[in-house]
Amino acid sequence: MSSLMSLPKVGTTRGQFTVVSARHPWRWVAGTAVAAVVVLLLVSAVSNPRFGWDKVALYFRDVAIINGIGITLFLTVVCMAAGVGLGVVLAVMQLSANPVVKASASAYVTIFRGTPVLVQLLFWFNLSALYPEITFGIPGVSLDANQIITPLAAAVLGLGLNEAAYMSEIVRAGIQSIDQGQGEAAGALGMSRIQTLTRVILPQAMRVIIPPTGNEFIGMLKMTSLVSVLAVPELLYSAQIIYSKNLQVVPLLLVASIWYIIVTTVFSVGQGYLERHFARGTSRSAPPTAAARLRKFFTVHSAQGSGKAGQS
Amino acid sequence: MTINTTMPLPSSPERLPLVRAEGVRKSFGDNEVLKGIDLHVQSGEVVCLIGASGSGKSTFLRCVNHLEKIDGGLLWVADRAVGYRIKGDKLHEQSHNEICADRTDIGMVFQHFNLFPHMTVLENLMEAPLRVLKQRKADVRRRALDLLEKVGLSEKADAYPRHLSGGQQQRVAIARALCMQPKLMLFDEPTSALDPELVGEVLRVMKDLARTGMTMIVVTHEMGFARDVADRVVFMHGGRIIEEGPAEAVIGNPQHERTRAFLSAVL
Repeated sequence: MSSLMSLPKVGTTRGQFTVVSARHPWRWVAGTAVAAVVVLLLVSAVSNPRFGWDKVALYFRDVAIINGIGITLFLTVVCMAAGVGLGVVLAVMQLSANPVVKASASAYVTIFRGTPVLVQLLFWFNLSALYPEITFGIPGVSLDANQIITPLAAAVLGLGLNEAAYMSEIVRAGIQSIDQGQGEAAGALGMSRIQTLTRVILPQAMRVIIPPTGNEFIGMLKMTSLVSVLAVPELLYSAQIIYSKNLQVVPLLLVASIWYIIVTTVFSVGQGYLERHFARGTSRSAPPTAAARLRKFFTVHSAQGSGKAGQS
Repeated sequence: MTINTTMPLPSSPERLPLVRAEGVRKSFGDNEVLKGIDLHVQSGEVVCLIGASGSGKSTFLRCVNHLEKIDGGLLWVADRAVGYRIKGDKLHEQSHNEICADRTDIGMVFQHFNLFPHMTVLENLMEAPLRVLKQRKADVRRRALDLLEKVGLSEKADAYPRHLSGGQQQRVAIARALCMQPKLMLFDEPTSALDPELVGEVLRVMKDLARTGMTMIVVTHEMGFARDVADRVVFMHGGRIIEEGPAEAVIGNPQHERTRAFLSAVL
């Protein structure tokens, strides 16, 4: 039984042995269990006629649905642009030396993060009850709130201003993540505060800002479904209009869901490219892009056997 | 307190000093870091500031280009008060734009290089001359490439700072400061963050620069460099200048006991 007895002699080479891989029995058990659940769900989805997959296929490219996607994308882009722009301003205000400016920005963030977006949307939608006439305090200017605050305008205001509060925190964290020496070096070179911010600090902060902003973007895409309560015909409301007529509730919700997944997936890929762009100079080798990974995937497979496999 | 070993006058005596510190004081909260610094630096002179950490030498250097605001005394660079505009009997604090304009004459090299990591080496050099001095791109590019050649990094023009060794990064930082064509160069412990084997290449570049007649104030722990290159060595302790004079005198034959204690600890 002594292990010393089986000690191989000096000069033994690996070639004399057969390598026996470690066994992982629990991997098989867990894999089988999960696979069984997935198969059951799939079978149920396919066999239950109430899923109405034929209806899903029928309405998948319905003109109203496609228009709804258009409005969803429009809202996402406009509200994010407003959110990012205003968010940068708020972040700079929060880092300001002026106490009034700083406190105002903090109050903004507290109010807009502290109340539900749905409530904010309803507030903007009912702005005309608060201010029937919008004058901006300028004599001669008098705008009818009911005409200006259309459902779409209320949606943009509600989602954009809410997003700005979240973006300002993201941008502030990004700015604060940059080493103080960067600002000092820029200052010592005679660069102004604006130049330092836009040329030195923000481009570096982007590396910290982009990933959560990508998440915010995808979150915004889904959040736009809230404006269905304002009867803005975005993707969800377009589906609701159709199912309120034909009562095919589940198939149309599936249509909307599948489209949401498709669009968010496309954006996630784009986010990868953006992150790569702003990672310039920060690592010795930048991570591969989605396209490069795809190319590599096919390259490796076609190169198998020709000795190139495994080269990155 | 101050012991003037000799009066060094490397440049013509009728010229006013490029840097004049008169009773410069600076506090951080209750902690007075500079307790009245008087120092003249002539044009073309190389002055090394030595002393233990906490003696105020880096703080003084940072006051010279207004990275720190002084609380007392006056600091003059090229006959302009640092941080103030003088009108009659009033000192008006400078606006940020005025401070920036004055800084363009003063190059600074930091302990941790502080290169811009998102720009290539060449972009690091060209950024301020293009954006601050608004010079022509072709001219700036030529000058930047010329400077990179002088610091021995021509082939790294398109590399990002992260791809360079510490010594290479610091040489780029020196070139970046020189690309602004400053009248005065400040070095804040330029070799303290470097691996020992990389110190030499940076000191060599600084030695070459000193030979061109550049006015330099160098905060350093490299006594060999101070002895070889400095026209004058200034020893600081507790926010005051304790002893100053030619390098040979201060380092080779210190008069003050604190200087002797410090030198015996570092040499």
